[in-house]
Amino acid sequence: MAGTFMSAQVRRIATLAAHFRVPSVAATGERRLQAFATMANTSVFENVQQAPEDPILGVTVAYNKDPSPSKLNLGVGAYRTEEGKPLVLDVVKRAEQQLVAEKSRNKEYQAITGNQQFNKLSARLILGPDSPAIAKNCVATVQALSGTGALRIGAEFLAAHYAKPQIFLPMPTWGNHNKIFPLGGVSQKPYRYYDPKTRGLDYEGMLEDLKAAPDGAVILLHACAHNPTGVDPTEEQWEGIRKVIRSKNQLPFFDCAYQGFASGSLDKDAYAVRSFVADGGECLISQSFAKNMGLYGERVGALNIVCRSAPVASRVDSQLKLVIRPMYSSPPVHGAAIAAAILEDGNLFKNWTVELKGMADRIISMRHQLYDALQERGTPGDWDHVLKQIGMFTFTGLNKSQVEFMTREYHIYMTSDGRISMAGLSSRTVPHLADAMHAAVVGAKSKV
Amino acid sequence: MASPAACRNVSARLLKALVGRQEARLGNALKAMSTTTNVSRFEQVTMAPADPILGVSEAFKRDESEKKLNLGVGAYRTEDLQPMVLEVVKKAERKMLESGENKEYLPIEGLAAFNKATAELLLGADNAAIKENRVATIQGLSGTGSLRLGAAFIQRYFPGTTVYISNPTWGNHMNIFNDAGVPWKHYRYFDPKTVGLDFEGMMADIENAPDGSIMLLHGCAHNPTGVDPTPEQWEKIADLIEKKNHMAFFDVAYQGFASGSLDQDASSVRRFVERGMEVLVAQSYSKNLGLYAERIGAINAVVSSADAAARVRSQLKRIARPMYSNPPCHGARIVANVVGDAKMFDEWRAEMQEMAGRIKTVRQRLFDELSSKDKSGKDWSFVLKQIGMFSFTGLNKAQSDNMTNKWHIYMTKDGRISLAGLNLAKCEYLADAIIDSYYNVQ
Repeated sequence: MAGTFMSAQVRRIATLAAHFRVPSVAATGERRLQAFATMANTSVFENVQQAPEDPILGVTVAYNKDPSPSKLNLGVGAYRTEEGKPLVLDVVKRAEQQLVAEKSRNKEYQAITGNQQFNKLSARLILGPDSPAIAKNCVATVQALSGTGALRIGAEFLAAHYAKPQIFLPMPTWGNHNKIFPLGGVSQKPYRYYDPKTRGLDYEGMLEDLKAAPDGAVILLHACAHNPTGVDPTEEQWEGIRKVIRSKNQLPFFDCAYQGFASGSLDKDAYAVRSFVADGGECLISQSFAKNMGLYGERVGALNIVCRSAPVASRVDSQLKLVIRPMYSSPPVHGAAIAAAILEDGNLFKNWTVELKGMADRIISMRHQLYDALQERGTPGDWDHVLKQIGMFTFTGLNKSQVEFMTREYHIYMTSDGRISMAGLSSRTVPHLADAMHAAVVGAKSKV
Repeated sequence: MASPAACRNVSARLLKALVGRQEARLGNALKAMSTTTNVSRFEQVTMAPADPILGVSEAFKRDESEKKLNLGVGAYRTEDLQPMVLEVVKKAERKMLESGENKEYLPIEGLAAFNKATAELLLGADNAAIKENRVATIQGLSGTGSLRLGAAFIQRYFPGTTVYISNPTWGNHMNIFNDAGVPWKHYRYFDPKTVGLDFEGMMADIENAPDGSIMLLHGCAHNPTGVDPTPEQWEKIADLIEKKNHMAFFDVAYQGFASGSLDQDASSVRRFVERGMEVLVAQSYSKNLGLYAERIGAINAVVSSADAAARVRSQLKRIARPMYSNPPCHGARIVANVVGDAKMFDEWRAEMQEMAGRIKTVRQRLFDELSSKDKSGKDWSFVLKQIGMFSFTGLNKAQSDNMTNKWHIYMTKDGRISLAGLNLAKCEYLADAIIDSYYNVQ
């Protein structure tokens, strides 16, 4: 049998070499390591370290483990009813029943780019029914695995086809952005966004950083309801941002995960995207139907690339297929079929807008209740941002140790950046959260 | 270390590196172009060729001939050449609707009930590795998605290791490893002379690969050839892989579909696991449960310790999160429901045997037609010996084109036909077409 006893010395050298990325030595060492491993009956996976839990999804994991009856999950952005239950929209149930009952329906592979009807309707939803870009066939749209999947495909496409695959991300941004882009082959840099002093937009800082960014750089923009801060530019500010981006020929990449959820109006929430597309420039737009249609686990989304001309859009579409095919071949059918049915049917669509507004309104009411509760308790600090911030989340301004305190003492589960999901609150649980926040803030003060 | 996507377009990036010093000028040129001449920044993007497999169905749809026959993609058709949703799947879906499941995010690793069921289906419910928590299972997006997770894991934890893939193999295997940035090479597999396995060539190539390489093996019903090793050959392959310290990476897309028996079709994988070998296994429920478009499968790592398995699971999750966050729930629930209910499980097995049985029947009829029409004495028995959905006819590209252009029979250019798309009524026509293409076209 081949292989001799390898000294611990060789193993240490091989490991070191791997760290310094000396390929030939590392590879040889790797192979010898593997030979050694088998002889000693250990695993070839021995060097694999335990990965930490995902910072956002890991909150739910921790919450599930907690036996306390007063525990509250304000981590992941999944809508809850006033009773604290997940919600399947009525229109979704109706659409699903129709689908399952349909005799002509089958489970054949979809096209690589997915459900074409869904793609058309999805593009129309974000760009508007009268969009000239759509009329001129300038939009390449592919069905994707919710927002994450759309962003990842966009990243891989840019890495392969864009002259400057470097993206600028707002500070802070959704944690997963920082992983999606590098793994997709696009390096990333930050631009100033959130001002902790005002708890609002650092507009001047943002424009400065965009102007300092290279020409042609990709700029990630949250279309509405910025995650995690809830701070959105005003319409005037969007205009200023657009002008700078266009003057530098930068490429906007919109992450649109909350259309309709932010203000309650689908059109209002599409304002920023539509204003950019209206100037004739190009952009990428990732869409998610996880929140606004409550289709979270079905993974329904789309990537749109708005191009200058139809021939370009057609070629771009063909190249997107080459990204998708080696990743998962074609997207899942079920969720997109539900979404398409809702978008297509006048009645279902209308009822959807009503349910959507209902969810958005409940969140706004939670904002008011939390604000009032903090006022009642005389919690120190200015809490206006609870009312001003938009969308599912509130960036409370609480720091990491305050958050840890709230989890430990009050069983409140949230991300360590101080973000809470308002969608996870109810009238019944607001007092408990207010108590926890009060204690955390007052406790911190008394420590100083 | 080059990013996975960058590996794909090496020549383009080289070009970019060469013009790196002119970046400022390029930037200005871009700016000038876009604002004054209205040229797209994606102007250089070329039209990609159609996918060789999925593109066949697209071409088939455009054909207006009555005689047309789609033997391209491996999707099962009934005797009436209709797509089929299994009865047990319809039942499961109705049950799911009635019980009013919610649509919350699954955990990154997928539906727990599905993961448990899929590992047990693959390895056997009483398998020691499962009992000892040595199997890391992550729900993946069918076979492709599961292979991609495995490939990305290999890129990270076995950097520089080459994956050996059969020649020929499913075309998308190469794309998957390319995009994941994993180097690959071929091992000999198909012998066109015997229309069977080139066992000596295969063993020699496994032997010559550097120790600790990774061998991609088709668990059963090899795609595209339909040629599987015999049990004795599997033993020898396992011996050699063990000797060379290679790791086996099984692609199991047809469990239950090949022979009709779930256990028999898993025997190659189970053989390796029984020996205590560490393996990766990608599974798909596209064919055996007809869940093609639901994209349901799994990546499994069978590891020598529970501790290492837990760590591997955590790292597989870390790969999935920036790809799609968490997998789709619908298909996973269907599988979990079917496997979790004894009655539905039995019904599934019966339907699966029916599908496998129909394919064996058309193989027999096709063989009979070929043998009776071809007076040359050529041995067409490979049609009977090959296993699973596909048959490697031995037709070359020109001959395959003739099948399409003259006979309106759609297949892939490597000579592969999907028997799942054939029915008894069309066997004679197909036999005529094959004989014409084989003898009259070079």
